[in-house]
Amino acid sequence: MPLIRIRDLTRHYVMGSETVHALRGVSLDIEKGEYLAIMGPSGSGKSTLMNLLGCLDTPNSGTYELNGTNVADMDDNALAEVRNREIGFVFQSFNLLARSDSLHNVELPLVYAGVSMEERLERARQALANVGLAERMHHRPNELSGGQRQRVAVARALVNNPSIVLADEPTGNLDSRTGEEILGLFEQLSRRGNTIIVVTHEEHVAQHARRIIRIRDGLIAADEIKPRPRSAVVPIAPIA
Amino acid sequence: MKPRIPLGTELREALGMAFHAIGAHKLRSALTLLGILIGVFSIILVATAIQALQRNIEREMAQLGSHTFQIQRFPAIHVEDDDETIDQYLRRKRFYLDTARQLEQRATLARHVGVVAEVDRGEAASDYGKTPPTVSLRGMSAPAFETRSLVVEEGRALAESDEEASRPVAVLGADLAKKLFPFGSALGQTILFKGMRFSVVGVLQPKGSLFGSSQDSFIAVPITWVLRRYGRETPLSIQVQAPSQEAFPDVMEQTRGVLRQLRKTPPGAPDDFEIVSNDSLITQFRTITLAVRAGAGIISSIALVAAGIGIMNIMLVSVTERTREIGIRRAIGAKKRNIMTQFVLEAVVLSEIGGLLGVVLGIAVGNVVPILLKVPAVLPWDWALIGLGVCSLVGVVFGTYPAWKAANLDPIESLRYE
Ligand SMILES: Nc1ncnc2c1ncn2[C@@H]1O[C@H](COP(=O)(O)OP(=O)(O)OP(=O)(O)O)[C@@H](O)[C@H]1O
Ligand SMILES: [Mg+2]
Repeated sequence: MPLIRIRDLTRHYVMGSETVHALRGVSLDIEKGEYLAIMGPSGSGKSTLMNLLGCLDTPNSGTYELNGTNVADMDDNALAEVRNREIGFVFQSFNLLARSDSLHNVELPLVYAGVSMEERLERARQALANVGLAERMHHRPNELSGGQRQRVAVARALVNNPSIVLADEPTGNLDSRTGEEILGLFEQLSRRGNTIIVVTHEEHVAQHARRIIRIRDGLIAADEIKPRPRSAVVPIAPIA
Repeated sequence: MKPRIPLGTELREALGMAFHAIGAHKLRSALTLLGILIGVFSIILVATAIQALQRNIEREMAQLGSHTFQIQRFPAIHVEDDDETIDQYLRRKRFYLDTARQLEQRATLARHVGVVAEVDRGEAASDYGKTPPTVSLRGMSAPAFETRSLVVEEGRALAESDEEASRPVAVLGADLAKKLFPFGSALGQTILFKGMRFSVVGVLQPKGSLFGSSQDSFIAVPITWVLRRYGRETPLSIQVQAPSQEAFPDVMEQTRGVLRQLRKTPPGAPDDFEIVSNDSLITQFRTITLAVRAGAGIISSIALVAAGIGIMNIMLVSVTERTREIGIRRAIGAKKRNIMTQFVLEAVVLSEIGGLLGVVLGIAVGNVVPILLKVPAVLPWDWALIGLGVCSLVGVVFGTYPAWKAANLDPIESLRYE
């Protein structure tokens, strides 16, 4: 049984008289532990697919089974729990709390997971250190550079040890060295059996994955499996 | 296997964010909680003032001995001051010493029946000193020392024999004794009051002051002497002391019956006299202040409802402004319930800040009354707690709809909100 099984997933947006078809029927199986890259031109529906996979959005038609459970059958609380415990989401637009510092932003998923204060702070600090931001714990998003914000978003996604990491252009704002470090973190997680799904425009980022899916106009255009992915440099600090 | 968020963790997060949000919009929050502040302030102010007045009455009643009531022509507190009712009181028969004597004989359940007549006010003098003309002359029967709970410090109280012989002897209040005889004992000395001479046989223990004037500045002389000098029409008050608190109602009933007989009150007619006890005074005071308290209650309620609507409005604005924040929280695992808690708590915090300020200000301003009355400051903590409770309620009631709106926002829509 695949970890993720989607069938004929569609998602369209009605804009007045016009309908935008973001996904036109996507079917896909993803096994546990896979490292997958999603590529495609701008506007092809990558983020839309990620939102569906992350249990944030609901499709107009088609089915999505996560771990054998039909997501459509889950109630709001169950979905919240899945988002909190199973999925680490790195948003394309970071989505950090503007009024909170990095530490609190990273700590937040643990708050909703009911983790004790000391453990929360401990784990949030470690997650920030893992992305090289130990010195920026008490900066707010508007006091950070774009790349630093992106790394806070990555730290927040990884802090809860999610079994599935969904990263929408996680290295888009990073120089190649920092980007490689983030990818190294993903690789480490992947080696430990976690499932990684990364959206990217950059061919060299996709090369880290073992499988590349290309999307065009809301449809899967190609699905390649590579025998040997490129390895990333060792991360700054090992994951705790 | 559904680990729930410990309440403390959730509350701490929600409270932290509430203070954060309120702090981020100080002026807006201040204006919103002003309404709450006014509502709570007015009720606490009134409660404080009334409690101070009540303290004052209680202290005044401490003049009476334990389980003692007083019989008089006029009610102790009356609000109707139209001529007709006052006339009605004035037409009531007076009390005479004889009434008290007969009452003493017939009210068998009573322990003491005392008679007091405040007859005059003026200057008192001795060989050593002189007072301002504020000293009162009081005719007292011997048992009145018990019923008025006056305790002799030095010498003796007035005795039956003084009364029978209507001797010009006097017992002095503590203050007066000190003023007239600053250097030594007053006993055996002579004092002068409006040309009358008394020899001092006793000095009383101090009782403190009431309404800012000393309660110890009087001369007590035999009631018979006073009546002879000032005439038997002199108004008297009679105090009756019961042997115990349990016997109090029976003594009161018996006294009432005896008095009606003595005054030939027709059966079925209301009493043509007033019985004043500590309890009846407090009850009466409560009835009179009920209107004031009800008025303050209504004003407060209106203010609080208006303030509640203000809170709701500001919370709705806040929810809209923070749509994105809500989306983020939902995306990383907050349940609807968590969002609900956060926003309701924010409304409660807002309301409680106003409430606390209102309580503090209300108590502070209300305590002007006890300062004027020279009674100790009062702290109506029961009202304060009720006030704060109501504030929480206002926060919950008016915060629930905005919070519900926040909790039911679509996560993905909220994330896209600019
Ligand atoms: N909320 C929305 N309302 C209307 N149209 C939308 C909405 N979200 C996405 N779309 C449309 O759906 C299409 C797919 O959008 P999507 O964000 O998935 O693209 P993408 O592949 O992530 O692009 P990019 O690489 O630029 O991030 C686009 O044409 C976009 O305009
Ligand atoms: Mg996108």
